[in-house]
Amino acid sequence: MKKGKRLKILLFGFFVLLMSGSAYAHGESEIDSGATAWMLTSTALVLLMVPGLAMFYGGLVRTKNVLGTMMHSFSAMGIMTVLWVIAGYSMCFGPSVLGGWFGWNPDFLFLRGIDESIMEGGVPEYVFSMFQGKFAIITPALIAGAFAERVKFTGYMLFIALWGLIVYNPLCHWVWAEDGFLFNLGANGAIDFAGGTVVHISAGISGLVAAIYLGARRGYPKTTMSPNNLVMTMIGGGLLWVGWFGFNAGSSISSGLSTAQALTATQVAAATGAMAWIFIEGIHQGKATALGFVSGILAGLVAVTPAAGVVQPTGAMVLGILASGICYFFIILKNKLGYDDSLDAFGVHGIGGIVGAIFLTFFIRESWMAEAAVLAGGSWSIMQQLGVQVVAVLIAIVYAGGLTYILLIVVSKTIGLRSSEASEMAGLDISYHSEKGYGMLNPN
Amino acid sequence: MKLVTAIIRETQLDAVREALIEADITRITVSRVSGHGQQTSEEIYRGKKVVPSLIPKARLDIAVNDQFLNITVETIIKAARSHKEGMGDGTLGDGKIFVTVLEECIRIRTNERGSSAI
Repeated sequence: MKKGKRLKILLFGFFVLLMSGSAYAHGESEIDSGATAWMLTSTALVLLMVPGLAMFYGGLVRTKNVLGTMMHSFSAMGIMTVLWVIAGYSMCFGPSVLGGWFGWNPDFLFLRGIDESIMEGGVPEYVFSMFQGKFAIITPALIAGAFAERVKFTGYMLFIALWGLIVYNPLCHWVWAEDGFLFNLGANGAIDFAGGTVVHISAGISGLVAAIYLGARRGYPKTTMSPNNLVMTMIGGGLLWVGWFGFNAGSSISSGLSTAQALTATQVAAATGAMAWIFIEGIHQGKATALGFVSGILAGLVAVTPAAGVVQPTGAMVLGILASGICYFFIILKNKLGYDDSLDAFGVHGIGGIVGAIFLTFFIRESWMAEAAVLAGGSWSIMQQLGVQVVAVLIAIVYAGGLTYILLIVVSKTIGLRSSEASEMAGLDISYHSEKGYGMLNPN
Repeated sequence: MKLVTAIIRETQLDAVREALIEADITRITVSRVSGHGQQTSEEIYRGKKVVPSLIPKARLDIAVNDQFLNITVETIIKAARSHKEGMGDGTLGDGKIFVTVLEECIRIRTNERGSSAI
């Protein structure tokens, strides 16, 4: 710890010498109140997505599981925040250790070393850390949709805690830390603006592996399992859309042109995705459903997440259409294959994330490609960037899928993850929380 | 003709439905009801254990011709009775079945009457 500080002071000394004299005033960046204000707002907006997700998922399950399902999202706000403060921030944004597996900086443990730190862009490091911490909350919460209605509360908590530590933190380090190997892949890094790979592909694939490992819900697919409250699902979907502006536009860690570009791409992709979904559904089923509309919003938002920093509105439109079309197809395929990805965590987040991360390559704005060409020392083609994107996606799939499989075995063999048949029939609410979501449905 | 009214645990509804369909009894009316028998259940409200005075149950109404009465009743009993390890079969709260004589049954669509309308 002391050594690291000494090195910093030494480097700082060189810096002062080089800049001769006046540099000292710039040693600590001054706070940019505009950027900080927007980042504070974004941090709150990303947190808003978690209750949004709780409502979205909560409305889709059966009455007896509504609270248990919402608790999957809410408990992530608790446990992931605590883990993030203790070691998560250090593992994600500390300098690489163990061959770059994850980061580590003892100063970041319990966020002790950043009390007065202001980052280069004029944003206090606390804000950056809390902003990134919200991503660590929502990612494991997304997985819960794949194995909804059939997991033990304690097993779930242990699973997401371990998953956050050894799947999310390393992936986040690889893609977003300055010395992460995916951040530096190719000319200008693998493009993952706000978490297509880190958040959506990793959660989607992990959900798929978990859904298959745990097996289907009792009675699936013979018994129909209807949503208990689509009104809540609609409100949740709406909150997710609103929160996504923090998620994407906040990921510029500034308040300026790139923020505006990301915000615009986000709005366009969500709207196009929603329209595409009800259009496809209208042709295929003859009706446009409310659930279809919000599913389209989500597919569009997921696909534009990695792309928000590099695509223009036309690109965002195409991504929204592609995401809805391909996700719609994969949900039909799921029903044919018979695995029980209950709330389509893989079908929307996994597939949508992959669509976004791959197809964004064809819509990158010219200025980004020009910059990449300079960094590559002459030229950088779309096909070369496509290669980088595919590699990043494959690494995320293999790493998240493989480690999730190991974690599932570990949790199942120790405290158990799958609900007993009796608990599953009684519902998560009564079995694990001794409460009911809708007391008013029955006089009691 | 008989009317079978069964009050069962909500949790057993799926199992009873599946068993009835297996036994070829497919025509059924299901409703949510609350009631009080011998069972008490516990819920938690802000750290305090509370015992609701009425417990939610599922109610099945099945109209059957006499020759199907036994199979219907037996199927419901088998699927609705709880099985707890080490405690033998049946616990307080498994429910009740009422069988009443059914005077008439009319199919609205055709105005058919009697056992063919069931």
